[in-house]
Amino acid sequence: MRRVVWQVLAALIVIGVFSWLIGNAQANLGARNVASGFGFLQREAGLPIAEHLIPYTPADSYLRALVVGMLNTLWVAFWGIVLATILGTVIGVARLSKNWLLAKLMSAYVEFFRDLPLLLQLFLWYALLQGLPPVRQAIHPIAGVYLSNRGLSFPVLDWQTAHSWTLLAFILGLIATVISAKRATRKSLDDGRQRATWPTAVLLMAVMPATVVITLGAPFALDMPSPQSFNIRGGVTVSPEFFALLFGLVIYNAAFIAEIVRSGIQSVSHGQIEASRALGLKSSNTLKWIVFPQALRVIVPPLTSQYLNLAKQSSLAVAIGYQDIVSIATTAMNQNGQAVELVAIIMGVYLTISLSISALMNHYNARIALVER
Amino acid sequence: MSTNGHRPRNIFNAVACAATLVASVAIAQPRPASAPVAVAAPSVASPTLNAIKARGQLICGVGGDRPGFGFPDARGVMRGFDADVCRSIAAAIFGNPDKVRFVSLTSLTRFPSLQSGEVDIVARFTTWTLTREAQLGLEVPAIHFYDGQGFLVKKKDGIKSAHDLGGASVCFQPGSTGEVNAADFFRANKLEMKPVVIEKMEQMRDAIVSGRCDAYTNDTAQLASFKASIGSAGNDYQVLPEIISKEPLGAFIRKGDQRFFDIVRWTHAAMLNAEEFGMTAANIDKFRNNSNPAIQRFMGETGDLGAALGLDAQWAVNVVKGVGNYAEIYERSIAPLGLPRGLNRLLKDGGIQYAAPMR
Repeated sequence: MRRVVWQVLAALIVIGVFSWLIGNAQANLGARNVASGFGFLQREAGLPIAEHLIPYTPADSYLRALVVGMLNTLWVAFWGIVLATILGTVIGVARLSKNWLLAKLMSAYVEFFRDLPLLLQLFLWYALLQGLPPVRQAIHPIAGVYLSNRGLSFPVLDWQTAHSWTLLAFILGLIATVISAKRATRKSLDDGRQRATWPTAVLLMAVMPATVVITLGAPFALDMPSPQSFNIRGGVTVSPEFFALLFGLVIYNAAFIAEIVRSGIQSVSHGQIEASRALGLKSSNTLKWIVFPQALRVIVPPLTSQYLNLAKQSSLAVAIGYQDIVSIATTAMNQNGQAVELVAIIMGVYLTISLSISALMNHYNARIALVER
Repeated sequence: MSTNGHRPRNIFNAVACAATLVASVAIAQPRPASAPVAVAAPSVASPTLNAIKARGQLICGVGGDRPGFGFPDARGVMRGFDADVCRSIAAAIFGNPDKVRFVSLTSLTRFPSLQSGEVDIVARFTTWTLTREAQLGLEVPAIHFYDGQGFLVKKKDGIKSAHDLGGASVCFQPGSTGEVNAADFFRANKLEMKPVVIEKMEQMRDAIVSGRCDAYTNDTAQLASFKASIGSAGNDYQVLPEIISKEPLGAFIRKGDQRFFDIVRWTHAAMLNAEEFGMTAANIDKFRNNSNPAIQRFMGETGDLGAALGLDAQWAVNVVKGVGNYAEIYERSIAPLGLPRGLNRLLKDGGIQYAAPMR
């Protein structure tokens, strides 16, 4: 009972202090003739934004501009996390390789990229990308692919309804494959016989979608990029700003993830590996069945913080001209002066992203944690 | 942040400044709703002026990365038109143009720094607009420079007009009126544009020189400053004929400090009047015995113009002695960029710089 009283009291004090701060800030902003409130979100932004995942023009509202910025942040953070995890895992495993040269090269990679400030690396990648030739002399290795200082352009499929059905068939096939593979694994554990899973996989993920394509007669037409007087039109262009930011985030964070993976693998007792060899497991299976499941318990908690770091580091985007939430909110701040509201929005967005990553990773961690009896 | 041109290191200054603003307004006690009405002019309360006098120097926000406007010289002393605007105000207040501490601000950090009281004044070639004056709690006492926004392109690209820029990548700095003006121009002319938005001038320079963008848009004086900053390579660039906006540029102060407003406005007027009278930093003492009553008042020999502003009787003399008349600061900083004085000539010479009489 006494505990509850103290908790309630503490909560009241915190709430009181915050409401006093907010009220005071409002009074002072008023006294300084600074307009406040979130009404500005509905006004026309007038800001040009280069990259937007949803339709956007400068005639749209500040709210939409901020949503575009938030999606840009999520977009680069998502790809950053996926690619840094893959690269980091490969490097972390390779660092433990028995191949002396490979192991040393990977150590050098980790030490080099871990020790240089990220902002410096971003400037370096951006400067290198600016060194690419202009549009008129774009590097053109194969049909439809152009590399210039405006970015990397490549063709994309001219999307039709039939393509959506094919994609749906593929996804269903993928889910069915995973289920059947799990079942096959369980059976193997029962009777010790290895079963080939690939015929089912081919049937579900290739033959089934292919049948859909043939039945619906989806045309296979590509939207080809072509250089115009200024930029490259058509296809998809990955801008140098996005690419430099993504590349910098992946290269930098992969070095940290590699270390996390390495230490996780090394935490698995050597006896376990010897035991699995004694059972006659191949080394790939040893890694898959014995080492990784145990290493993951050590890897996941620090990996979560690394993901959080990566998401937050994406805010360095503004330094190299990628328009993320920080870039767009600070620009808006300068147009309309609503600094307090916009900083609150930036903080809210990062808090939401970070808490979501934490929640997802904690859920995963709970699933893989050692179940003690 | 210092006099020797250290610029804020990164974008988070914008956030940091905003945070400072929140903190400072949250901590400061609310001011009484109505300040006591002063009877005698000199006793008008001016929190800004009192703070400047107590501190012994003016804190002035400048760009710090633009030759001709605000750029540190080889010895780390801030030079340029913006810097001289601040020096003229210091000369009016203290009789000494060097009592200024310069703080380098980016286009994103300038307003939060001023709102939060980190600087007394922002002399950073900032456009006077309705929104900024009506919503940001700031105001512009005088227009120091009349400019317009233009486009800079590489000569070899063969672009002759801004209307040829459909589909082009256009570089500009975030948070400027240039950004929205450019968006408006392309929208109004139904042209497409790919924005490349870079905050720091160094990165911007690299992006323009490397050809990341087809055009760089800013006020024509800034375009001239950019050309000057890359040396002889500047000759490879040209400014397109279209001027897409009006850019009345002035120093910004916090709204509601009427006395400080007067000082900034009339310091500018003093420099213009000095040019009209033919007074320069070198010859001003010879005007001491001039019989023209207007000059007598200007010199503080008769009348009480200084007292009316709460300043020394010699304040206008100190301004001219400290930094020179308007033509002198223009010649010193902007003429070397190859920019014609244009609208910024005195009215009697065909321009629109025109100061109210000092009486």
